[in-house]
Amino acid sequence: MARSTLNLWVGIFVLLGFFSFLMLGFKVGNLSAGGSSSTYTVIAHFDNIGQLKERAPVRSAGVLVGRVKSVSFDPVHYNAEVQMAIDSKYHFPKDTSASVLTSGILGEQYIGLDAGGDDKMLKDGDEIKLVQGAVVLERLIGQFLFNKAQDGGADKGVQK
Amino acid sequence: MALEATLRGIRLVGDKTLRIVERVGATAVFLGLTVMHSATSFRRFDLVIREIFYAGVQSLIIILVSGLFVGMVLGLQGHETLQNYGSEQSVGVLVALSLVRELGPVVAALLFASRAGSAITAEIGLMKATEQLSAMEMMAINPIARVVAPRFWGGVISMPLLAMLFSAMGIIGGYLVAVVLIGVDDGAFWSQMQAAVDFRHDIVNGIIKSLVFGIAVCAIATFEGFEAPPTAEGVSGATTRTVVSSSLAILALDLVLTAFMLKGWN
Repeated sequence: MARSTLNLWVGIFVLLGFFSFLMLGFKVGNLSAGGSSSTYTVIAHFDNIGQLKERAPVRSAGVLVGRVKSVSFDPVHYNAEVQMAIDSKYHFPKDTSASVLTSGILGEQYIGLDAGGDDKMLKDGDEIKLVQGAVVLERLIGQFLFNKAQDGGADKGVQK
Repeated sequence: MALEATLRGIRLVGDKTLRIVERVGATAVFLGLTVMHSATSFRRFDLVIREIFYAGVQSLIIILVSGLFVGMVLGLQGHETLQNYGSEQSVGVLVALSLVRELGPVVAALLFASRAGSAITAEIGLMKATEQLSAMEMMAINPIARVVAPRFWGGVISMPLLAMLFSAMGIIGGYLVAVVLIGVDDGAFWSQMQAAVDFRHDIVNGIIKSLVFGIAVCAIATFEGFEAPPTAEGVSGATTRTVVSSSLAILALDLVLTAFMLKGWN
């Protein structure tokens, strides 16, 4: 085969490969979302984080605003310390509250941010004070049964 | 008598094991030799471009068509199962993640091993059988530098490109089935995919996998061709061995790489 046609075909092949790389990066992956280029870190302490994992989404009003950077156990306060990388496009007031939520019944867990009304904004390294941990199904059932038992006991007491 | 038979059985197992280990070691040594003699390939890059044409461009059709079909099947099957949970929109995530992380690199490498790997083995094996390699040595041309290294690098360069094309084509196939045919919402399909697929952890890891598979397949293919007995049976046996051992190598390496990538390198 002539050199020029051979080079042409290899050129087409390499360009096709390059375009598929760009498609994978921008159309399929999260490169277009800015990736981790400019974020600031916010810390929150939760009593219970449930199944929250690293890279779980951080949403506010349902919109993706950041990702969980790390999840670790705080040996001083005996609770979970979650570091969140928030996109620097978005700013939140100091009294923003964070809660661990679940998307759907079987869905993944994420952190929901509800903005407060403070004038000052959260900066890199700040801590969110208003937090609510994950709802654990077993505890919910336990509490429900406990309340039932108490109600039952109270009823019998009245009957006597 | 029974003792004798048992001993013979154990000896057979030992012999087989030693042969396999010997072959793996010889392939690794041959890979080292190829890399050592690669300078010529990069000085005369047109040799490598020729091999990219034979290994990569000529595998394009099979890779693109298979990718499209695999993506379409994933779309159909994924939608069928996911609709039980009322989350048909996640079919995009399923198609993209399974292709980019696993099926793209692995299936593309398996196809590449049977399409291009076997051709490399047969070509080098026949060159040896017809004493072209000996003739080169007579002319003080190192056959590893002139014949093996360009084919090795041509394959290694082609493999990640083919794997990415396979994944991209598969995602287009999944899109065609899920969105165009079944009617999953177009926006949800892409946005959920973009939210779930991470560039560093999913796409780059997939490319690293395909690069490793490319090295393994090309090392095995060139080694089997170079070491093939110079007879018709020898070349045919070597071609078969290339496909069998590179398929096994791809799947075993995939397990190891996936385990490391999911659990971290430490």
